[in-house]
Amino acid sequence: MKNLRTSLSAFALCAATGTAAMAEDLKIGMVVTLSGPPAALGQQIVDGFQLALDQKDGMLGGQKTELVVEDDELKPDVALLKATSLIEREEVDIVVGTVFSNMLQAIFKPVVASETFLISPNAGPSTFAGKNCNPFFFATSYQNNQNAEVSGMIANDQGFTNVFAMAPNYQAGRDNMVGFKQTFEGTVTDEVFTPLGHQDFSAELARLSTSDAEALFTFMPGGMGVRLVKQFDAAGLSDSLKFMSVFTTDETTLPGQKDAAVGFLAAGTWAPDMDTEANNAFTSAFEEKYGYIPGSYAMQAYDTANLIDSAVAKLGGDMSDKDAVRAAIKAADFSSVRGDFAFNNNHYPIQDFHMLKVAKRDDGKFHTSFVNTIVEDYEDSFHEECQM
Amino acid sequence: MSFTLFMILVLNGFQYGMLLFLIAAGLTLVFGVMGFINLAHGVQFMVGAYLVYAFYGVTGSFGLALVLSLIAALAIGLIFEFFIFRHLYDRTHLDQVLATFGIIIFLNELAKVIFGPATLSIDPPDLLSGSITLTEQLRYPIYRFATIVAGLLVAVALFIIVSYTRVGMLIRAGATSPDIVSALGVNIQRLFMIVFGVGAMLAGFAGVIAAPIFAIEPGMGDNILIVAFVVIIIGGIGSIGGAFIAALLVGLVDTLGRSLSVELLSIVFSPSVANQIGPALASMLIYVLMAAILIFRPKGLLPARGVA
Repeated sequence: MKNLRTSLSAFALCAATGTAAMAEDLKIGMVVTLSGPPAALGQQIVDGFQLALDQKDGMLGGQKTELVVEDDELKPDVALLKATSLIEREEVDIVVGTVFSNMLQAIFKPVVASETFLISPNAGPSTFAGKNCNPFFFATSYQNNQNAEVSGMIANDQGFTNVFAMAPNYQAGRDNMVGFKQTFEGTVTDEVFTPLGHQDFSAELARLSTSDAEALFTFMPGGMGVRLVKQFDAAGLSDSLKFMSVFTTDETTLPGQKDAAVGFLAAGTWAPDMDTEANNAFTSAFEEKYGYIPGSYAMQAYDTANLIDSAVAKLGGDMSDKDAVRAAIKAADFSSVRGDFAFNNNHYPIQDFHMLKVAKRDDGKFHTSFVNTIVEDYEDSFHEECQM
Repeated sequence: MSFTLFMILVLNGFQYGMLLFLIAAGLTLVFGVMGFINLAHGVQFMVGAYLVYAFYGVTGSFGLALVLSLIAALAIGLIFEFFIFRHLYDRTHLDQVLATFGIIIFLNELAKVIFGPATLSIDPPDLLSGSITLTEQLRYPIYRFATIVAGLLVAVALFIIVSYTRVGMLIRAGATSPDIVSALGVNIQRLFMIVFGVGAMLAGFAGVIAAPIFAIEPGMGDNILIVAFVVIIIGGIGSIGGAFIAALLVGLVDTLGRSLSVELLSIVFSPSVANQIGPALASMLIYVLMAAILIFRPKGLLPARGVA
């Protein structure tokens, strides 16, 4: 009897603190890659989100917000473990993650099955954009294929007829290859797949130089991109060939590539020098706080925080009615630093895509620079398959 | 496939082979002479690259940075030998693997803490920054030729030292029967320390000359270590000559294989199938080569005499 009473009172105590916490505080869990070579990407996401949080005095939508950051170490099993602990032990209201698509695939099921909202600040795999779209999943970044599709359009605009395409031999590399070929109207002279983490591109560059291509299209994120750009330049190919890429010359790799990348073309949804009021405020505040130029990763995380802020404000902090929360997020009633932003039926963004060019700033730092808009309100190719 | 392209690929294969040799030389001596499995050898490659980055930043001269990096790499190798590896010589291979694997994790994280997770790069020295025109479009950087020459010089120097000097004789003798050498009044402990320090320095040297070509990042030595093990197994454990031949062989097979696999396969298969299996096959090629050589020569191409 005594036992029963203690457990009852313990239960009551738990319930009381539980509801108190739910009504007052907002708890957000974040799963990003913070170790190994791609740690720079995850760090940008943490910094971008934290900046938005600090600007609002630690409150999102008027609610005191606690951010719990976890490192997935780029290992699916670790990502799964961290996500499960965020849901079960920390009882977070929203999970924000991840950087890489294969990490998202690892945490997706347990998070959405627990009816916790999952918002991806970067990864946008095709797998959750079509048939398997989910009411509890949102992406604030893009759908993975889109940047490569836009690169194909850029190649058409630039009048390229022969393009040499190269990507690492894994899912995202093959997706980008498919995306590029989908919109590019000319001839792809060679399709080269290199191992992931490839070191020496001299063999591929030799093949490129003897092909008839006028331009190279590539997707080489992180260290691979730094090596490729440096070696491309050292081989003297910059004079005769155009370099087009996605996630290869961005703010995370440019500090290593430096002058070798200047003038190279890229496709993206945003550049740090896009001249809008919201964007200028974001980039200057970010640089002041962290001392480096934000990349798209930081921008997307910043937008994610502002999206959550708008939704929570709309709900008055009440996260209990899942349908209302979903509607509030889907409304996307915030001002994105990118400009126009809306969610499609599959909860992936509808947004503009631009051509970007690597430029050197007067203070010697490098960044991608806005050139012109290639396509407006661009939807991904999978949204029609989504029944939601 | 034009002849020019083929020659460029051969040149690239040589260059990659030389780099592999510099790493494998130290690994094969440590493994062959001391019977010690040093997984942390690859991380010395990364250490060399970060050292030259740091010293280049401070001094502004590549030559000076090279010398300082070599001294520092040697010192780091000796420190590890003195504090850690020395206590592991008599332990089982599993203990050695665990301890040296721990060093990999430690140093990779340390590099991240000190230099940050982002990829870094340095420019080649001005003297070697020019290039030679190979085809209308393609230029071959002089720096890459310099790495081939540097690798050849080290190979010749090591061969002379091991074959014709007193230290080299002791190294070979120490490998065959350490107890007898010790009984004859030779300080075997110090001999091992020298071998270890030089091995670490060679890996560091490889890291230094690789830094301007490849990007500098935490964990950059992990993949190359596996290839270095393939090289010393093909060459014959403990054999410098074997490591040299095997390094060139692996360098050429890997470089040529990656470029030719798709073309050769598309003779037999449809282009899309060739594109699917070509890259996968190319990355397996050096392991297939290793397996094939081990079938016919289980001790490697040029096994060192007396190595168990």
